[in-house]
Amino acid sequence: MSLAFTAELAERGFEAQIEVRPGERVAVLGHNGSGKSTLLNLLAGTLRPDSGKAVLSGRTLFHLGSRTNRWLPPHARGISLLAQDALLFPHLSVIDNVAFGPRAKGASKAEAHQGAERWLAEVGVADLAGRRPGQLSGGQAQRVAIARALAADPKLLLLDEPMAALDVAVAPLLRRVLRRVLNGRATMMVTHDLLDAMLLSDRIIVMERGQVAESGPTEEVLRHPRTRFTARIAGLNLIRGHYREGAVYDDTGLSVEGAVKEGESLADGALAAAVFAPSGVSIFLEPPAGSPRNNLSVRVAELEPLGDLVRVRSDDHHGHILAADVTARSVAALDLYPGREVTYSIKAAAVTLFPL
Amino acid sequence: MTSLTARSAQARLALPGRAPAVVRAPRVYSGLPRWLMLPAAAGAALVLFPLVAMGARVDWAEFGQLVASESSLAALALSLQTSATTTVVCLVLGVPLALVLARAQFRGQQLLRSLVLLPLVLPPVVGGIALLYTFGRQGLLGSSLELLGIQVAFSTVAVVLAQTFVALPFLVLSLEGTLRTFGQRYELVAATLGAGPSVVLAKVTLPLVLPGLASAAVLSFARALGEFGATITFAGSLQGVTRTLPLEIFLQRVDDPDAAIALSLVLVVVAVVVTAVTSRISNWAIR
Repeated sequence: MSLAFTAELAERGFEAQIEVRPGERVAVLGHNGSGKSTLLNLLAGTLRPDSGKAVLSGRTLFHLGSRTNRWLPPHARGISLLAQDALLFPHLSVIDNVAFGPRAKGASKAEAHQGAERWLAEVGVADLAGRRPGQLSGGQAQRVAIARALAADPKLLLLDEPMAALDVAVAPLLRRVLRRVLNGRATMMVTHDLLDAMLLSDRIIVMERGQVAESGPTEEVLRHPRTRFTARIAGLNLIRGHYREGAVYDDTGLSVEGAVKEGESLADGALAAAVFAPSGVSIFLEPPAGSPRNNLSVRVAELEPLGDLVRVRSDDHHGHILAADVTARSVAALDLYPGREVTYSIKAAAVTLFPL
Repeated sequence: MTSLTARSAQARLALPGRAPAVVRAPRVYSGLPRWLMLPAAAGAALVLFPLVAMGARVDWAEFGQLVASESSLAALALSLQTSATTTVVCLVLGVPLALVLARAQFRGQQLLRSLVLLPLVLPPVVGGIALLYTFGRQGLLGSSLELLGIQVAFSTVAVVLAQTFVALPFLVLSLEGTLRTFGQRYELVAATLGAGPSVVLAKVTLPLVLPGLASAAVLSFARALGEFGATITFAGSLQGVTRTLPLEIFLQRVDDPDAAIALSLVLVVVAVVVTAVTSRISNWAIR
């Protein structure tokens, strides 16, 4: 699949341009209301943009402008949508649900059932073929929904947080199923989950206020996030500002020294980001004297256990929430509690600087 | 999920060494003030008492004869026949109307909805007069139909038209509500699976709302069966042609009160059956 997409929808404040290269699986991240669902609905054809153009693998999905008015209805697009809720047709048996797509496209009943059985086996619920959707658990229903979406043989599969409504215990198994059946298939998935993004996508698109805030290869985006939202998902600290003499200065006067990312160069005054991991932060009660490290005075906001470690989130008095991972022993030794003023100390070598 | 809770509410618990016992649903605190029971009881009584009073006046010995008189049977047959026809007409016209009102977006939609529902609040006599000036001999369409040799007013067709006029809003309103409750989500999923609009309508929308549609049809049948004002204004009262059961009861009321009461009881029984059927259908729908 390749996709070239531009669309505007004024009523929702949506104005985005997206390019997906052949074979890329895409994860769409963003806050609630950032336009992720609008993007999926515009692609699926359940929503019509004011203007724009989308071409999927050489086929025009819509081209709406002052002179052109081309728009394919959803059923002619070959794009399936898998939502949070399985939305299995309650009046049809499991196998008839899965056979629905092929039947709608004119396959014979025997043919459609044969394909449906194969897909049900593929997602591990072949034994449920005769059941009614009302007799399934959430995880089973979602597996059937996956089989149904794939049985329609879509050119592009849209997934809208497919695991958000499931039990914590069920999600990992379903993720395994998805990983297997989505391999080599064109997909675009809205998610809030770092693991989903890492395992099921090659490219990440971050939406913010109806626009694309960030886009790039998954690994690159997660390692060098450019927006605070992505940084939080990736579990990294991010400071955006301007580069000057080996450091990034943000407009509140905060500065962080670091090493410029390999292969990149930064000129003085250029827009830049500084990224560091919570594990690279040490906490002191008093600023350590004469050290070549970055020292930031912050106020502890919350403590959250994280396996053997404790993640300390602190406010730097300028609106940045910065995370540090320390051992439980140091939390006790330093007597950390929300409201306590401390110093975060980060080695310059642990900070990566890169242009925005 | 609903079925699960409903089942467990009256599930049979088989404890080891004990006979299975029926478990009743626990009583939940209602939070209602006690004085509320008084007006509630009065309201129920207002509906029940007249029925009981009428039942007490039925001449049971003569009941069969009263109901089986020639004019009564003619009225009953006409009523069933026209009401059934009306129900079919309501389905053919009302289902598309409800779908358009619930799903489509267009200018004047709100206005159209209000107009369609107008017969619900309009006195049926007014509806009858409106129909008369549409299909009557000098009416808007009636004068053209007259030229073709078709006379609608004071015919059985007029009875069906009058009944449809008052019963259609029941079907449209109730079906539109069902359609809105289900929302469009299933239909959109079906579309993204490659089903065109007609397939979605036949394979998803209509099967989903079938229980709601059935109870809406029963309701409009009942409304048609009880229609009086519009019928007598627009169709008149010709025995075997336009004199339906309510009209027959109204006429007998003076000449033969016992016959009127007996026939009224027939309509009450029909109403009770209709109510039972609709509640059975909605229970079935929940399951």
